Amino acid sequence: MVKTFGSKATRFGFGEGLVELGKKDNKIFVLGADTVSSVAINEFQNNFPDRFANVGIAETNMLGMAAGLAVAGFVPFVSTYGVFASGRPWEQIRTTVCYSDLNVKIGGSHSGLMVGPDGATHQALEEIAIMRCLPNMTVLVPCDVIETKKAVMAAAYYNGPVYIRYGRESIPIITEENTPFEIGKAVKMKDGNDVCIIACGSMVYEALSAAEILEKEGISARVLNIHTIKPIDKDAIISAAKECGAIVTAEEHQIFGGFGSAVAEVVVQNCPVPMEFVAVQDTFGESGSPADLMVKYGLKDVNIVAAAKKAVSRK
Amino acid sequence: METAGLKKISAAVRKEILNMLYKAGSGHPGGSLSAVELLVDLYYNHMKFNAELVNDKSRDYFVLSKGHVCPVLYAILAELGCIPKEELDTLRKIGSRLQGHPAFDKKIPGIEISTGSLGYGLSIAVGIAKGIKTLKQNNRVYVLMGDGEQQEGSVWEAVMAASHFKLDNLCAIVDCNGLQIDGEVKDVLNVNPVAEKYKSFGWNVIEIDGHNLDEIDAAYTKAKTFKDKPTMIAAKTVKGKGVSFMENVCGWHGKAPNKEQLEKALKEIEKSQSDF
Repeated sequence: MVKTFGSKATRFGFGEGLVELGKKDNKIFVLGADTVSSVAINEFQNNFPDRFANVGIAETNMLGMAAGLAVAGFVPFVSTYGVFASGRPWEQIRTTVCYSDLNVKIGGSHSGLMVGPDGATHQALEEIAIMRCLPNMTVLVPCDVIETKKAVMAAAYYNGPVYIRYGRESIPIITEENTPFEIGKAVKMKDGNDVCIIACGSMVYEALSAAEILEKEGISARVLNIHTIKPIDKDAIISAAKECGAIVTAEEHQIFGGFGSAVAEVVVQNCPVPMEFVAVQDTFGESGSPADLMVKYGLKDVNIVAAAKKAVSRK
Repeated sequence: METAGLKKISAAVRKEILNMLYKAGSGHPGGSLSAVELLVDLYYNHMKFNAELVNDKSRDYFVLSKGHVCPVLYAILAELGCIPKEELDTLRKIGSRLQGHPAFDKKIPGIEISTGSLGYGLSIAVGIAKGIKTLKQNNRVYVLMGDGEQQEGSVWEAVMAASHFKLDNLCAIVDCNGLQIDGEVKDVLNVNPVAEKYKSFGWNVIEIDGHNLDEIDAAYTKAKTFKDKPTMIAAKTVKGKGVSFMENVCGWHGKAPNKEQLEKALKEIEKSQSDF
């Protein structure tokens, strides 16, 4: 059994982090887009109404306003569902925020298949790809509620635009308050030397579970939690490739252009080894319970186990 | 500054626009020339801004939403001493700070943010104005848009927000020159009556002749007196103003003059100045 400390949705880590930041720094300004309670920024609104604005269902204006607030000297955080935080205002993020390298922090909630019954329109599965290709952008995908709070706190004082991807559904807590968190630095969750499972977000728990299954079958799996997709921890990936000789990536995201691609870019340039990708296979999701969807779309520990065995067999 | 002085500066700015576009070999004369008086009066008589106040917290902000007309802004910033005049010759060339659309990363004093993708500037100005209100400061925020630009849906999200947040420190100027790349705005996708649209969204609207310096000056002065509402100045202008063969000709939206055309244009501007 993977060691856990209860479970909670990562969105609450985002909301708690903002309240903590708001108390100590009056430069923190938060913008919402009619999804204030569901993305858990309502506590900030209640505590700091003067530094909060609900801009309505108008995400392109929200990103433009955030840019303006940054010009005026604030550190603005915006948050809404991931599809509408990254896709709808993508060009504002590119041309207004990133080109000017502004201190705008974007919270993309309700990421991945686990949005569940709302179906494909609301299941954000492309944000990593469309955010990491932007110059000056930093992309964070924390693995649990505690790490999400740390990501928010770190993002506030990390220069330039930052995208933080998190979710609505309750997921296991697998890190502790004293687990190190530094933007750009991978966390080794478990050691091993036959294969390295590199995961982000909700898939870190599945990776740990897969490693336990593999252990019983005599395969020693390392697990890396890469919460910073950009700038990615090249050293940790190169060490994993050299020391384990096979890599599996796991993400609750489309297979093309996302996290696995980011890891592969490092692997092929530095130490090519067999790689397998656990991800959504270039398809849209559908309505269903989060648990059912993760099984149907192949995002469970057993899928990682199968991918790991395949990668090891290709050595 | 008196009208006579502003006219003199406007003529100098027009000549600089044409010279720099000729040297660049590409760029946008039509919309640059239509906005000359609107920006000269703004910078010389209304904005709290000069080369010493570039990073001052009390400065007024300007956002060039129609970023393609940056030659007019670069020329004015050069007149104000924010950019060395000889640097205007580097417009659009490799390694220059003077990009084809304003670039914040090139650190030009007076460029507050990168712009050039139409429909974004008003939201940026709304954000700055909201930030200033939050800080309980008195700076004003100005943004220049085109009339064709009003076709962008994001403009109207920002129009709603400015009114909702009661941003009386915000003044938007719409340079209504009536033309866009594909033809007349009314034929491509009619945005009129643009003044009535803004009024119905809760804005104060002032309609003026965008080349009449007295009307322009009065409009900026009046805009400062309105409370609880943002102001939009709908300025009727002539695209290519001041150069006979460019005036109201769609083809001069994004084309640089050749040597012969440049000389003819400069002569016309000089003549109009001596006539005055």
